[in-house]
Amino acid sequence: MSIVVSDVITESEPTTDRPGWIRGVLRSKKVAAGLVIVVFFVLLGLIGPFFVGNPSAGSPDNLAPPSLSHLLGTTQTGQDVFAQLVIGTRVSLAVGLISALLATLIAVAIGLSSALLGGLWDELLSMFTNVFLVIPALPLVIVLAGYLHGAGTLAVALVISLTGWSWTARILRAQTLSLRQRDYILAARAAGESTPRIIAFEILPNEVPLIAAQFLITVLYAILTQAGLAFLGVGSVTTWSWGTMLYWAENAEALSLGAWWWFVPPGLALALLGTGLALLNFGIDEYANPRLRESGLTPRAERRVNRRLLARRGSTS
Amino acid sequence: MSFILRRLGFYVVTAWVAITLNFLIPRLMPGNPVQVLFSRIKHQISPAAVHAISLAFGLNTSQGLLGQYWSYLDQLFHGNLGVSVTYFPSTVSTVLRTALPWTVALVGVATVLSFVFGTMLGILSAWRRGSRTVDSLLPITAFLSAVPYFWLGLVLLTVFAVELRWLPIAGGYSVDVTPGWTWEFISSALVHGILPAATIVISSIAGWLLGMRNMMITTLAEDYVLLAEAKGLHQRRVLYTYAARNAILPNIASFALSLGFIVGGAILTEIVFSYPGIGYVLFQAVSNNDYPLMQGVFLIITFMVLLANLLADVCYVVLDPRTRESDRR
Repeated sequence: MSIVVSDVITESEPTTDRPGWIRGVLRSKKVAAGLVIVVFFVLLGLIGPFFVGNPSAGSPDNLAPPSLSHLLGTTQTGQDVFAQLVIGTRVSLAVGLISALLATLIAVAIGLSSALLGGLWDELLSMFTNVFLVIPALPLVIVLAGYLHGAGTLAVALVISLTGWSWTARILRAQTLSLRQRDYILAARAAGESTPRIIAFEILPNEVPLIAAQFLITVLYAILTQAGLAFLGVGSVTTWSWGTMLYWAENAEALSLGAWWWFVPPGLALALLGTGLALLNFGIDEYANPRLRESGLTPRAERRVNRRLLARRGSTS
Repeated sequence: MSFILRRLGFYVVTAWVAITLNFLIPRLMPGNPVQVLFSRIKHQISPAAVHAISLAFGLNTSQGLLGQYWSYLDQLFHGNLGVSVTYFPSTVSTVLRTALPWTVALVGVATVLSFVFGTMLGILSAWRRGSRTVDSLLPITAFLSAVPYFWLGLVLLTVFAVELRWLPIAGGYSVDVTPGWTWEFISSALVHGILPAATIVISSIAGWLLGMRNMMITTLAEDYVLLAEAKGLHQRRVLYTYAARNAILPNIASFALSLGFIVGGAILTEIVFSYPGIGYVLFQAVSNNDYPLMQGVFLIITFMVLLANLLADVCYVVLDPRTRESDRR
């Protein structure tokens, strides 16, 4: 469940034509693959539930392996695993999106205020961010959700967002600090633009790729955390999500019964969706840090090009 | 030294925040869950235990919130975390003391292995960038980084313990040996640790690999690496002594952030394997609404993570002369 965080906070050049970065990101093969996976799951979560039956309804075939009538087999009480998976997609995605939205909002508010207010406020807010960065999130979420016994999905999403904002806030603070010193911001200030206007029209638009990348990471974090919580039996065990499926599979000892069709699909779905999100994120990373891009050259050829560039730089300066 | 002192100050503040959160959470929760638990168990346990729990949670006292806070801190300072409901009549501290060595050994060994292998693979994948085999590794690492620890644990368990029967299914050691410094016990503990440790290593390796890869690519483009190459130094020397040494620092710095995730994953892994560590205790506590134990686990995990971070900081100072340099100024 490690979340891929690259510590490279690259200062992406301010872009003037905004659709440019979107086009740049889409050109990558990785991004295309990621996009296909994510869109597939979003569609599955949105439309799928209309085509499957009641996931909690039992049937006489208990623990049946995958067949035409039950695409992914059945559970111990004869519930259809495929129906559970499809309904679970909706819940897992919803929790991921709601938590990530809230966490990103908190992060933008704290990261930007920290960088723009400066002084004591910056010290305090940075300290606050770093404290939340170090305190292990999952135990805290478990304790919080453990008290909200049988809490609804929304409450769980809220609790997750409270622990998922700090990394984004830290990165945004660093980026805003560097943007603040750029000439065009100084020019805007000198021209008498108000601070809210500078934030909304000069700073935030240039942080969109960064916020987008962090948002994807947070969605992944939230989905995995919710799955972990549900697997533990914290929160509602009757709302179908991928984690709840694994909880019931584990409780019914699906493992020793050899019912792989019960516990493999939800985990695989989690991992696949996560891969999609991570691939999208690679793409944005590569856009922001051009050195990471695949150049299509062999390392040796690439070094030769670098050397030539260096020579040219030397002769002109 | 001032770098370490500054970090130490930060960890003290973080520990204080965690302790205070621990105090506030049960008091802020709707429906007064602790009171409910308390009335349920009041008649089943001894008056002394009732007293201990009420002190730890500030129940049945006429003190105000601040007074409760002080007596909570006082109790905590004396190691009194209350009595566990699940493992009654053991105190929370006793339960934690038995479970902690298991988790520290498992997570410690797994994290070091994953860091070493991940970093090495990261160096190689940056150096051999462009070759087809290496670039095809990238989607695989993305997949590994997204696999939930506990699910990977379930899969490994099914394959290696249930189907192939190579390794034990559950527990920290086999039931027919007694814990102690005997060869039987240690070998049994090692065999039981293979699957949980493999789970943690496989799920966390991608983070180290990608972090190191990104830093290496950035470092390899630096002028001093080019110069080292131009001097005709051996490739291996350029790679390890010039590039990797500089690239590894941010990877150690990001240890702090990753450790929280790894510990979270390790908790769930322990539950899958019924491993007798802190995570399994937390699971028992959650299933039984054992609030004193739940909070004790949260505190001890936070303290352990802070301690590990401090160790990483010390490593950082040893490896990066700049942190020592600034002291002299």
